[in-house]
Amino acid sequence: MTAALEIEALHKSFGNLEVLRGIDLELAEHEVVCLIGASGSGKSTLLRCVNLLEPIDAGRIVLHGAVITAGGIDVNRVRRGIGIVFQSFNLFPHMSVVDNVTLGPRKALGLSTSEAEVRGEELLERFGLADKRDEYPDRLSGGQQQRVAIVRALAMQPALLLLDEVTSALDPELVAEVLEAIRELAAEGMTMLIATHEMSFARDVAHRVCFLDDGLILEEGPPEQIFGAPREPRTQQFLQRIVQAGRL
Amino acid sequence: MDRKDRARPPLALTGSRGSRILGTASPGGSGRRAVVVATISTLVFFGLIVLLVVNAAGWPDVKHAFFDRSIFEESFPEIARAFLVNVKIFLIAEVFILVFALFIAVLRGLPGPVFFPIRALATVYTDLFRGIPTILVIYILGFGVTALQLPGVPVSPLFWGAVALVLVYSAYVSEVYRAGIESVHPSQAAAARSLGLTHGQTLRFVVIPQAVRRVIPPLLNDFIGLQKDTALVALLGVVEAFRQSQIDVSATFNYTPYICTAILFIAITIPMARFTDWLIARDKRRQQAGRMA
Repeated sequence: MTAALEIEALHKSFGNLEVLRGIDLELAEHEVVCLIGASGSGKSTLLRCVNLLEPIDAGRIVLHGAVITAGGIDVNRVRRGIGIVFQSFNLFPHMSVVDNVTLGPRKALGLSTSEAEVRGEELLERFGLADKRDEYPDRLSGGQQQRVAIVRALAMQPALLLLDEVTSALDPELVAEVLEAIRELAAEGMTMLIATHEMSFARDVAHRVCFLDDGLILEEGPPEQIFGAPREPRTQQFLQRIVQAGRL
Repeated sequence: MDRKDRARPPLALTGSRGSRILGTASPGGSGRRAVVVATISTLVFFGLIVLLVVNAAGWPDVKHAFFDRSIFEESFPEIARAFLVNVKIFLIAEVFILVFALFIAVLRGLPGPVFFPIRALATVYTDLFRGIPTILVIYILGFGVTALQLPGVPVSPLFWGAVALVLVYSAYVSEVYRAGIESVHPSQAAAARSLGLTHGQTLRFVVIPQAVRRVIPPLLNDFIGLQKDTALVALLGVVEAFRQSQIDVSATFNYTPYICTAILFIAITIPMARFTDWLIARDKRRQQAGRMA
């Protein structure tokens, strides 16, 4: 069976700063992989590269057997199959919740407004947002906004979902509702690549955890091993600081 | 007729509380007291100015030359009819400017090296038409292009005057649009592109709707300038309000018709200016409400 996602020797620099220095990573169908590591270790950049929001310098990315980083690839087509949820939600402030959610299906997938709305309303219902259908984003709490952002990504029915520190911008009491939504998705078998600072969540939800350090995957393994018995000194240091901060 | 006023910060008059004209936002003094004080000080201030003018040595002559009631009543209807030409010019020009300027702004924002020539062309356009005085553009187009006697090309000075205004003001307005487009955070475009929307769809559905909302006040400010500059079309021989008042002045040897024209222009630009202020104040209120929610 082909992997859902294969990343091979991925390099990415911003000017002189080499952010990704040769990432190799494979995700199986229905697998949930969490990326952990300090800020600036390259987690967000990696996700943005997978979604082709950042052009890569070297290496390749293969999605369901098809290389997506070669020349002549229709990036819009690729992106339709990959959902991404951002740390700062990035909802469209001039559109109601339902318009936010249906914009992609209507314009990128060519669904009729009514088809897109049926799909969107079903998802809003599932994530407890049915009554927010006609609200504007700035009327919602951070947690609600982030759930709308998740619904917006899911409305495209992506084969792969990328989550970029989706709880980092939330007030602590709103984190749980968003994590709960992601847990449900994991339980349903959604293939997900998740950059996160929520270690206990990563331990719960991930099939595999990758520790990123300075643009490389320094260590990867099942969560019990990474959190219970990390081999690399850098991983141990990182996790120790997290424990000291009371976050694990 | 110059556009010096475009540099005026649109927020200068706007207070967040109380009346911005009476300046009653100050804490302390009650609203009623502030109104009384403002009224008295205004009466005294303008009373003094009126006294000064009326007692000036040349006032009787000036009064006769500029404020002749019978000439005013005689020339006003004629000038008002001619003013309809100004109204027609700016109403038509504004529609074309709104569309054409947006087109230029979008061209300037085309991504990728392939579109460099188009971006360069759009940049040259805005530089050129913001750099040349409006009056020269009107002369060059109005006398130059018509002199070519190209078949099928209109020779009406009204047409070329309006075209000149559209070209000049589109250069300004496209910069206003561009500022608006650039003020929309890149994460908005990233979110739209991540859904698989094309660059064009992202602009159309996500970026431009947000940008336009933000630039409505400065845009209206440019339109106030445009309304005044319609008088420049007179230079091509179009009989609009300014030209009509010139005709009346030379017929009567009295300047009162100019006052007529000034009043007509003010009658449309001031409501526009107040409307712009009101829009800015409303946006500000909304944003504050949004933050508090």
